[in-house]
Amino acid sequence: MALLEVKNLEVTFGLRQGAVKALRDVSFSIERGERIGIVGESGAGKSVAAFSILNLISRPGYISGGEVLFEGKDLTKLSPQEMRDIRGNRIAMIFQDPMMTLNPVLTLGQQMVECLKAHRKISTAEAREVALEKLRLVHIPSPETRIDQYPHELSGGMRQRIIIAIALLLDPPLIIADEPTTALDVTIQAEIMELLLELCDSQNVGLILITHDLGVVSQVTQKAVVMYAGRVIEQGPTKEIINDAQHPYTQGLINALPQQTLPGKRLNQIPGSMPSLQKIPTGCAFHPRCEFVIEPCSRELPGFTRSGGCSVACHMVKAMKEKAAAAG
Amino acid sequence: MSTQESLLQVRDLRKRFNISGDFLDQLQFKGGKIVRHQEHVHAINGVNFDVSKGEALCVVGESGCGKSTVARTVMGLLKPSAGSISYKGERIDHLSDTALLPYRKKMQMIFQNPYASLNPRMTITQTLEEPVRFHNPSMSGAEVRERVKEVMYSVGIDPGWGVRYPHEFSGGQRQRISIARALTVEPEFIVADEPISALDVSIQAQVLNLMMQTQEERDLTYLFITHDLSVVEHFGTRVAVMYLGTVCELAATKTLFAEPKHPYTQALLSAIPRLEDNRPNHIKLQGEVPTPVNLPTGCVFHGRCPYANDRCRQEIPALIAQSDGSQVACHGIEEGRL
Repeated sequence: MALLEVKNLEVTFGLRQGAVKALRDVSFSIERGERIGIVGESGAGKSVAAFSILNLISRPGYISGGEVLFEGKDLTKLSPQEMRDIRGNRIAMIFQDPMMTLNPVLTLGQQMVECLKAHRKISTAEAREVALEKLRLVHIPSPETRIDQYPHELSGGMRQRIIIAIALLLDPPLIIADEPTTALDVTIQAEIMELLLELCDSQNVGLILITHDLGVVSQVTQKAVVMYAGRVIEQGPTKEIINDAQHPYTQGLINALPQQTLPGKRLNQIPGSMPSLQKIPTGCAFHPRCEFVIEPCSRELPGFTRSGGCSVACHMVKAMKEKAAAAG
Repeated sequence: MSTQESLLQVRDLRKRFNISGDFLDQLQFKGGKIVRHQEHVHAINGVNFDVSKGEALCVVGESGCGKSTVARTVMGLLKPSAGSISYKGERIDHLSDTALLPYRKKMQMIFQNPYASLNPRMTITQTLEEPVRFHNPSMSGAEVRERVKEVMYSVGIDPGWGVRYPHEFSGGQRQRISIARALTVEPEFIVADEPISALDVSIQAQVLNLMMQTQEERDLTYLFITHDLSVVEHFGTRVAVMYLGTVCELAATKTLFAEPKHPYTQALLSAIPRLEDNRPNHIKLQGEVPTPVNLPTGCVFHGRCPYANDRCRQEIPALIAQSDGSQVACHGIEEGRL
């Protein structure tokens, strides 16, 4: 059984102008110790997907369909009390901005002890010991002094390390990281990513990494899920997606990177921009920007086609596969 | 140094910001006496570079290294604390606002955030026509409209959209409008401060293409500030790598990426996540960037440099030209031990 299985998840935001579906038919799964990346541009729904796993979508948004099976339990059906037992304890989340996540008026030690005591029957002295041990795990220099400092006394990279230490406090089997390094510099990003990778290996933790950076996905994850306008359009082994993307949008995204073009030459751009969720085109949402449009694209929603280890939602890929099969 | 005509010359530029607050905040009680104590952020500490006509000089570095301060000082938005900035041989850093006006027409700036740099209460046409009217008071209304229309076409904005307001456009379109605004006065030199970092990958490519296309069409010179090294590799003619307010390496883009010399440049380049990587494989630096309030003595990088010796800790290295045309500020390179 998979550690986490998201099945046909649908999230709706009830707005005054009408209901908007931010997430439609999203399915993926993750095993213990596995690392998957959810990739997409802003507005693709990748953060909504992460938040809805932990049922953190606030009104006017709600989960309007599908299941989130974690260790066999459907998280969408749990009561708020039961959900509280999952959050932080069984599934931890790392957010983008470490300054916003840490409480500025509490020392790091106080925040960590508070978190431990909320979930376990444990004395303050014992909790402090656990906190120190986790700080050592994320390579914080001199943790005994750091633990009594306030968040503002630390640099951005150090704060994100603390956040990771807090995420690991209760030894959860799954961590969701929502753009954990977007606010950080490249050298610090590399350090944090290496740390996450090392910890996932040594602690056997599953990782869902939300990011827009394909380079990071390539370095850290084993599986990748590409999203566009609230839907999954392609998923499969990261290496396969990076080296041989099937969906025209994934191809476009990879080819738009400056390193894919010779210096000084025109970059391969995708025309247009991501549609707003209120005005998602009919059929395949990508068809107005796609250069391989065929007849059913504007009418019919594409289903998933297997291609190697990947599944791709594209009429063109499907047509090509059928043609190849017919030709033998 | 370069055979081409030098457009902008920056010599020993320094900028510090006083962060000690007002007079009463500065008073401290020390050793039985009340003393006045002042603190400064040393944002730029002696930066030298030339921008030649027609090139794109990229300034890269991590947050807090002073790259945006360089852009703002060059544009005259900040007064330098010391040093000189010359445009076509004329010093412009100490000019009054009126004396600077003819230069404003030749030098334009594109900002990072297209959501904040466009006036939300002006239509696109108003935003674009205002600088033309201001800098060319003798132009007739028809001529102004003609000019604006031509620029809108060239950046891929339909002139029919001119009646709309900025909030009706997406981020990429807004950045096109900011570029159009810079182009309306027909500048020669454009300072772009992180123009694409607020945009998505597929939109970044569109805006970068537009900037390269306008450079070719209008014979523009760019000073391009960014933290994204993969953009630099694609876009820049030359690159200046900054660390803590100093330029540590200045080289042609090809040379820099093929053979980074300064230990910091090497670490920075190794940290770029690349598609072909299976796991992070960066050069690990010890410690963190020191605060620009109390600068380290000697080379600003010595505390994190694996090759630092006593000389590095005491003496500030100067930018020294190398045989392949690059300039590196490193004692180790100068002594030949790296």
